[in-house]
Amino acid sequence: MTVAQTNKTLRDAVNKIPLDQMDVSDPLLFQNDTIGEYFRRLRAEDPVNYCAKSPNGPYWSVTKFNDIVRVDTDHKSFSSDAARGGIVLGGLGVPTEASAMGGLEMFIAMDPPKHDEQRKVVSPIVAPHNLETLEPIIRERAAAILDSLPIGEEIDWVDQVSIELTTMTLATLFDFPWEERRKLTRWSDVVTSSPGNGVDSWEQWQQELTECAMYFKNLWDQRVGGEQKHDLISMLAGSPATANMPFQEFLGNLILLIVGGNDTTRNSISGGVLALNENPAEYAKLMKNPGLITGMVSEIIRWQSPITSMMRTALCDAEVGGKKIREGDKAVMWYLSGNRDSEVIERADEFLIDRKNPRQHLSFGFGIHRCVGNRLAELQLRIIWEEIVKRFSKVEVVGKPVRSLSHVIHGFTKMPVKLHAH
Amino acid sequence: MPKVTYIEANGAKHDVTVDSGSNCRDAAVDNDIPGIDGDCGGVCACATCHVYVDPAWLGKTGKAAPGEMEAELLQFAPDFRDNSRLACQIKMTDALDGLVLHVPEGQH
Repeated sequence: MTVAQTNKTLRDAVNKIPLDQMDVSDPLLFQNDTIGEYFRRLRAEDPVNYCAKSPNGPYWSVTKFNDIVRVDTDHKSFSSDAARGGIVLGGLGVPTEASAMGGLEMFIAMDPPKHDEQRKVVSPIVAPHNLETLEPIIRERAAAILDSLPIGEEIDWVDQVSIELTTMTLATLFDFPWEERRKLTRWSDVVTSSPGNGVDSWEQWQQELTECAMYFKNLWDQRVGGEQKHDLISMLAGSPATANMPFQEFLGNLILLIVGGNDTTRNSISGGVLALNENPAEYAKLMKNPGLITGMVSEIIRWQSPITSMMRTALCDAEVGGKKIREGDKAVMWYLSGNRDSEVIERADEFLIDRKNPRQHLSFGFGIHRCVGNRLAELQLRIIWEEIVKRFSKVEVVGKPVRSLSHVIHGFTKMPVKLHAH
Repeated sequence: MPKVTYIEANGAKHDVTVDSGSNCRDAAVDNDIPGIDGDCGGVCACATCHVYVDPAWLGKTGKAAPGEMEAELLQFAPDFRDNSRLACQIKMTDALDGLVLHVPEGQH
């Protein structure tokens, strides 16, 4: 079958599903990359859709750009509190534990005022002034990573570039023991895994994250009361808002920062390579004019939408897109879908590295929970692309990339590429 | 048309004429004023059009109202001050002709 025929077959199949049975939280739809067709139909026919029955329980899907902004900015009506269900549909971790991440508490899954106090503690590390200090360090590492890669041989871009660079950055933010930094990658992966998908059992899941907790506890104990340094652990240990966190909250906030700083930018670095390969005219534009990189970075983040969605729980009856969401209902804001909403984004289904207003996308969320590391993410992507175009005429995808089995993390586990020198 | 002066963190000045009824975020983005990102499109949903209102003008623009979305977003901005506003929430009127806005070092 041609690509066009495959697309038509898929569209026909999706169009036959009764609207009240559209379960867009099935992780297989993301792994086999058919999810876009489901969202296309929901945006067109039922933009705020109720799925009464799914393995993740009943939930609303909010699929259009402006409706998502409306929910995301109304934290008085839509709670992120872990005690109410948290921020991820179906939760993460052991399903019997009724909280966002298997008993862990983190500021992204809190409402004001506690959320505000804890967020303010970590926010300065990724503020513009600190990023100026980080830029040359990240650039030196990006250069070293790219210079170490063989030309013309198949390599895995995910492992050798995307994970390598983002893990180094994360290790710097935590002042984490350098030689052991891949532990951060592993823990980040474990958090979003489940038996058969990254871990063998929930026992293993808990055992590995307990190891993570003990490791950080040790670093915390070494740094608490010491000279005030500017790494995340010292910042948390040194601030009144976080110094006396209960252990589960301490671990929760660390895991939030690990996942937030690891899975996301990693998958945008990989996703950009794939998008440029699938759109050769855009790749040609980039090579002709590397000045387009800044705008391209935002476009890559929109295109990839590395976090597909965030969930809220209604604190009162609320109207969204003409539908009445009732108190206690779960509402999932599908950023991945809103980022393809052609009523707000011109030619939303096209990857265009020189589009007007590239910054206007949903990938970082909006409102008080908006991604705290957004400018660091952009910085890493800008640097890696600046260094890529200096060295290679093309990063060529030479095999089918393997996508993550997740309805939350939108990314890749493997991407075979070959590098072409100038 | 009323005029607004944006002053960058490095001191560079930009004079821009703005339609009455428009807002200071749109005016900055349309005129490519460096340092104002305005990610959300001007709907008070992020804090990337953060500006400092020149103290002489604060009486006319007013401050961000505590408890409202603008103030809740601004509290997370780096170097949040008493005269911090989101430019998207400053609507231009003839009474604001000559308004001076200082652009922070970066948006976050």
